[in-house]
Amino acid sequence: MPSRRRALRMLAAAGACAVLRPATGLAQSRTVLTRPIPSSGEALPVVGLGSWITFNVGDDPVARDACTDVMRHFVAAGGRMIDSSPMYASSQDVIGDGLHKAALTERIFSADKVWTSSGARGREQIERSRQKWQVRRFDLVQVHNLLAWQEHLPTLFAMKAAGQVRYVGITTSEGRRHRDIEQLMRSQSIDFVQVTYNPVDREVEERILPLARDRGIAVIVNRPFRQGALLRALARQPLPPWAADIDCASWAQIVLKFIVSNPAVTCAIPATSNVAHVRENMNAAYGRMPDAALRLRIVAATERA
Amino acid sequence: MSEWWTYRLTSFLLFSPRTYYRLIELYNVAIWPAQLAGIAIGLAILGLLIGKRRHRERIIAGLLAVCWLWIALAFHYQRYAQINWAATGFAVAFGCEALLLVVVGVLANRLAFQTATGGVAWIATSIIAVAVVGYPLLAALTGRPWMTAEIFGVAADPTAIASVAVLALVRGRIRWLLLIMPVLWCAMAAATLWAMGAPEGWVVLAAGLLALCPALPGPRRDAMNASQR
Repeated sequence: MPSRRRALRMLAAAGACAVLRPATGLAQSRTVLTRPIPSSGEALPVVGLGSWITFNVGDDPVARDACTDVMRHFVAAGGRMIDSSPMYASSQDVIGDGLHKAALTERIFSADKVWTSSGARGREQIERSRQKWQVRRFDLVQVHNLLAWQEHLPTLFAMKAAGQVRYVGITTSEGRRHRDIEQLMRSQSIDFVQVTYNPVDREVEERILPLARDRGIAVIVNRPFRQGALLRALARQPLPPWAADIDCASWAQIVLKFIVSNPAVTCAIPATSNVAHVRENMNAAYGRMPDAALRLRIVAATERA
Repeated sequence: MSEWWTYRLTSFLLFSPRTYYRLIELYNVAIWPAQLAGIAIGLAILGLLIGKRRHRERIIAGLLAVCWLWIALAFHYQRYAQINWAATGFAVAFGCEALLLVVVGVLANRLAFQTATGGVAWIATSIIAVAVVGYPLLAALTGRPWMTAEIFGVAADPTAIASVAVLALVRGRIRWLLLIMPVLWCAMAAATLWAMGAPEGWVVLAAGLLALCPALPGPRRDAMNASQR
């Protein structure tokens, strides 16, 4: 874990210009904060919705309705990107079912993954996933955890050229295979990279996020709350008074604003099956953002937790 | 798997505890009153082990096979596979165990139980009784609704625990073949429950290990009991 001094150095290097909106002197806006996808300029709201564990509820009708409600509130609050994977068991079915019921299919940015060690089965799996999502085509398909990327990336680029997907990406999580991620960011024409980033896991600040800016690659951030563990730890300390300066009413919002205020980040994707939580998360896409000094205070607060 | 040391038990958990127990709840509602048949089978196996009824080995093997096949199809394949893609593999493994019990125990009649006495008898019968009667109580004891109770014969964990206890009493090397799947399932279930933060993980592990005791090398137990079949 980088020390505070190291974090300060990195933030200083990023410069004050790196911060989206300074915390001081700006009135809260009710316009959802967006970032452009570098390869197209298309604007994406900075808070999205993950589905790992939370949307894997099987055929339980009550839980499926709850997930539909989450997506309904997510879109109503201005959210667009929903992310899933064939690895997440029933999550894709639950998303497709909910989007169809709530008539949201055309309003979201569908991000899915290909996750099979067989390159030959990639297209078939993507088509099965598309049918589960009940979308005309995926906006983004990513190679999950770089599994068989050598076979899948050419397939995805061919699909993009044929208009069958709009963007291509790669993913990792929890700091794994960063060297390979970097190499692919340099050598492949990918549109998105998905990594883990939060006030505790900041390794990507050193090389991957700067590289993403240099290469014009959009960044999706997974595990913003370390699967809830970070928020459980932070809950032991009271919300700091400076939270109000960035329009935050919870630690979840502080953490999300820390993430999305990094200019390299395009979208953070917290996962939840709770309507109150999705509304709370989406509120982080509004209002004032932390400046460099406040980002340091967030890091310090999380290190104390 | 690259950088395997960075993975934790929770990295492999695909669902939340709430989803898992809700699955059990919906399963229990859907199969009612099959649970009563499961408990009756468990008590019958216990009675047969204590008594000396003719063909008890064949009957016990057949009853266990029914339970393993039911769980393979009704639980793993039809329900658990909804939230865990590995469950299709579990269904195949449970089906294989059922087949093994039928072939070895019912058709070939190769099972012969130790005449359990003293500590061995106490361990075996206690574990089976706990699996059949006590395990369902864990739901209430851990603050879960009664409908999430896991019951012998229809739920994998108590069935695997009781099967270890029964099969550990089988004489000869054949028992190890029959024990592979129940023991592996106890380990798998314990790992899953630990990842979910459920205290039942310790119960499954402790019961599974304890149930295995009669199968471990003892003072020539097989030889002593060889003439009692």
